[in-house]
Amino acid sequence: MTSATIVPSSRRHKRREELAKALFLAPAAIFIALYFGYPIVKNVVMSFQEYNTRTFFTGEAPWVALDNYATVVKSQLFWPAMRNTALFTLGSIVGQFIIGMGLALFFQRRFPLSGFLRAMLLLPWLLPLIVGSASWRSILDQDGGVLNTVLRAFGLDGVPWLTSPDVALIAVILVNIWVGVPFNVTLLYGGLQEIPTELYEAGSLDGATGWKAFWHITVPNLRPVISVVLVLGVVYTLKVLDIILGLTDGGPANATQTIAVRSYQTSFIDFDFGIGAAYSNILIVISLVFAAIYLRTNRKAVDE
Amino acid sequence: MPKTRHLVTAGLAATMSLTLVACGGGGSNQSSGDSSTLSVLDYYNNEPDKGFIQKALDACATKIGVTVKRETVPGADLIQGVLQRASSKTLPDVLMLDNPDVQEIAKTGGLTPLSDYGVDTSGFAEGILQAATYEGEVYGLAPTVNTIGLFYNVDMLEEAGVTPPKTWDELKTVAAKLKQGDRYGIAFSAIATYEGSWQFLPFMWTNGGDETDLTSPEVAQALELWVDLVKSGSASSSVINWSQADVNDQFIAGKTAMMINGPWQIPALDESGIKYDSVLVPVREAGQTPVAPLGGEVWTVPATGNKDKQKKAAELVSCLSEKDNELQLAKERFTVPTRTDLLDTYVQDVPSMKTFADQVVSARSRTGKLGTEWPAAATVIYNAIQLGITGKATPQEAFAQAEAK
Repeated sequence: MTSATIVPSSRRHKRREELAKALFLAPAAIFIALYFGYPIVKNVVMSFQEYNTRTFFTGEAPWVALDNYATVVKSQLFWPAMRNTALFTLGSIVGQFIIGMGLALFFQRRFPLSGFLRAMLLLPWLLPLIVGSASWRSILDQDGGVLNTVLRAFGLDGVPWLTSPDVALIAVILVNIWVGVPFNVTLLYGGLQEIPTELYEAGSLDGATGWKAFWHITVPNLRPVISVVLVLGVVYTLKVLDIILGLTDGGPANATQTIAVRSYQTSFIDFDFGIGAAYSNILIVISLVFAAIYLRTNRKAVDE
Repeated sequence: MPKTRHLVTAGLAATMSLTLVACGGGGSNQSSGDSSTLSVLDYYNNEPDKGFIQKALDACATKIGVTVKRETVPGADLIQGVLQRASSKTLPDVLMLDNPDVQEIAKTGGLTPLSDYGVDTSGFAEGILQAATYEGEVYGLAPTVNTIGLFYNVDMLEEAGVTPPKTWDELKTVAAKLKQGDRYGIAFSAIATYEGSWQFLPFMWTNGGDETDLTSPEVAQALELWVDLVKSGSASSSVINWSQADVNDQFIAGKTAMMINGPWQIPALDESGIKYDSVLVPVREAGQTPVAPLGGEVWTVPATGNKDKQKKAAELVSCLSEKDNELQLAKERFTVPTRTDLLDTYVQDVPSMKTFADQVVSARSRTGKLGTEWPAAATVIYNAIQLGITGKATPQEAFAQAEAK
């Protein structure tokens, strides 16, 4: 008799607990569905439609199958934009990571004002990107920019940072590296703090100091953090838009067009939202590839 | 525990209010039958224009017996905002549009023709009516318009012993003479946006070039002039990144002796204390008639479905373009009245605007020939300019190359 009454009540209790859990999760689930799920689904649907200014007034968006994607791929700007996206991403990631790692290692040593300096390093991160790119535009100005003034003071020629199609992509990569360094430093510095100092002490007994210690102790122990930094960096860099728009608007002569810039311009300048959606879906697929690589390597690390 | 619950509630509330904002997208005015309040949307979001327009709107509102609820947004956000409001059926009763956008929005069916309300559209400058006309119907009126010309620094020209250039050859010689140290002879905006195309138009049109055939030698000649100015060092190669505001900054800073710009810069120029004057954009050969592009905003009546309000809105739109209002707005904002019979009075009152007032009668609108195809042509133009000035293509090949894209 007693056991018979206990079981259902505990089951009821359990069910209530489950319900409470679900309720706590609900806001997050609703949020994700509304702000991530809906736009992505809508974006995919839009890329198969002729979606232009008319659509907003009439609600009509005729299906065009793969026409938008065909338009995108046939565009003479598509492959240059793909190339620029690849160069921009690779250049930014390599630069951000190497400088970020260097600074993180540097700050591991304690010295006066190191905390303050580390805080100052976060500045580019706190600055709105549009403000950052406007400042950089004046720094990189060919005639009166600070950078060229300094170069000329050393007897060098000024560089046409933003006016030469051959240099502009390098200039936007440099600025994006500047933007990304704080993120890299912060995560890598945090990772370095987690490595037990005993490892280095033991290593130094075996003769592993300097570079050796870095390759054989720091890098392996930092691997999970490094993979997070790199994958997030790639996904984040692929979609960079404001910096390029602020600095060059995709110019000069289309030299800094990336897939993200194409997506923005076809959508919000030309008002061809279907084609813009196709561009951004291509970007999403590229991001997904990197996310998949990340998940795989992570799973492997756990399995090991 | 109470703390957690608080957080969850707050989170939910935040989510829901965000959702409401996202779905609502602004006030609704659709079905309310009361026509005593009109909502107005425009992009004059900076002083002093914001205040001048407000004053004109208020005066007209009093005259026709309505209250105006006005919203201003940054220029770049206007069309996106209009599209969002169109899809949520919350278009304003009176909508201001930049003139090259009117046909595009009229094509969607979102605007109503002014003939529905018996608005008289005669007596206005031809170009601006054309810009507001789609399939034979006029969709909006502009109280004032603007265009561009050549501004020059009086002292610098005097010092160099030159007079303002009238032809392209003179422009090249004068600009070269004015180049001194880190000061350039001339500045213009060749940026990779519609702004760059707009600045190119007076050169292209005056030389007989036409947006319906961008690969003509006349168009290439105009680009050649720009390329020559940059190549010879008379103009900075940074022109490919400069907006018209940047060009004005260069002029005010004394970094250039001449510039292509519009009269909307006059308040800033006056404040700078620089002695300046303006002339028409030079022509290739003496004898050619200067043709300038028409800029300016058109006030329209969107199709909101509320007939009473639409009628009142049309009254407001036509009131803004009544003679007194045109003159007042033109004087305040350094723009040109669109009623051609006002031009003489206007120039008498504001002599510094003569250059621009003279242009308006013969000025052309960007959408006059191509209509909704204009943005595509404008994209070709600014891409070709960029290819030409950066040396990626010769002026002769640049347009063909840009058109392929």
